Amino acid sequence: MSPQFHGVAEFLAMGGHGPYVWSAYGVALVVLVWLVARPLRRHAAILKSVRRADAREQKH
Amino acid sequence: MVRRWQWFHRLGSPPGFYRASGCWLPWLAVAAALLLGVGLVWGLVYAPPDARQGNSFRIIYIHVPVSFLALAGYYVMAAAGAVHLIWRMKLADMVMTAAAPLGAALTFVALFSGAVWGKPTWGTYWVWDARITSMLVLLFLYLGVVALRQGFANREAAGRACAVLALVGTVNIPIIYKSVDWWYSLHQPATIRLTSAPSMHPDMFKPLLVMILGLYVFYALVLILNTRAEILARERRTGWVRDLAMGRNQP
Repeated sequence: MSPQFHGVAEFLAMGGHGPYVWSAYGVALVVLVWLVARPLRRHAAILKSVRRADAREQKH
Repeated sequence: MVRRWQWFHRLGSPPGFYRASGCWLPWLAVAAALLLGVGLVWGLVYAPPDARQGNSFRIIYIHVPVSFLALAGYYVMAAAGAVHLIWRMKLADMVMTAAAPLGAALTFVALFSGAVWGKPTWGTYWVWDARITSMLVLLFLYLGVVALRQGFANREAAGRACAVLALVGTVNIPIIYKSVDWWYSLHQPATIRLTSAPSMHPDMFKPLLVMILGLYVFYALVLILNTRAEILARERRTGWVRDLAMGRNQP
């Protein structure tokens, strides 16, 4: 098993199919990262709002 | 007998699932990153180019795994909906809510990578062909469940309506699988079949298997992350979520 490309330029060109290959992988990467980030942000935001509500109650 | 089912009841309650799943997350994250990393380098750099398609065939390593999970995810959503309908299990409703946007995103990536692969291979981004059209229907079914959920003020009614829509939509799944056999289609027949050897050289096939496995783990990870956020959102007024937010120790 050996690399199929000689150098980075040839790898990025993908034998002339570069735009197709990289747009498919690029969009997939963006969506997969978004899928992980979305619940993590929501999780943190809920805990923060619970803390804020608790602090308000303590004051009254 | 009673003891044997205790773990099930503990896992079936939202706080129980929240606590147990917290221990699984690091393992799933590491496994997904390793499998997807290895599969990506293997498929993009080391797998031989296709004799006819050249390097555009490398899109297979994202297109097929993502399409697999877009379909498998529908079963997860529909099964969770059925469990919620039959046993009124709150956790199942949360899993169904978590699975809908995840499935929609994966179906979108499957359609997009397929379109981009179609251009150099078939000469067109899009055809109204049985496989592609039924995948578009799948996307609308997922989005329908997301929209239906938001359209109800009453959570109980929303859960039941979404479950019914998800279950009715399962008729689309065998149509997607069989579309390449039933109708004349530009889309090639399935690469992987349970009943026969794959129609692919092992050097090309092995990285594909690694990517499929990696995406299964990734799916499990995101489904659990979504479910945990959903649990917190619905139980934000309960004592255990308050303890969790304040960092208080829990018994």
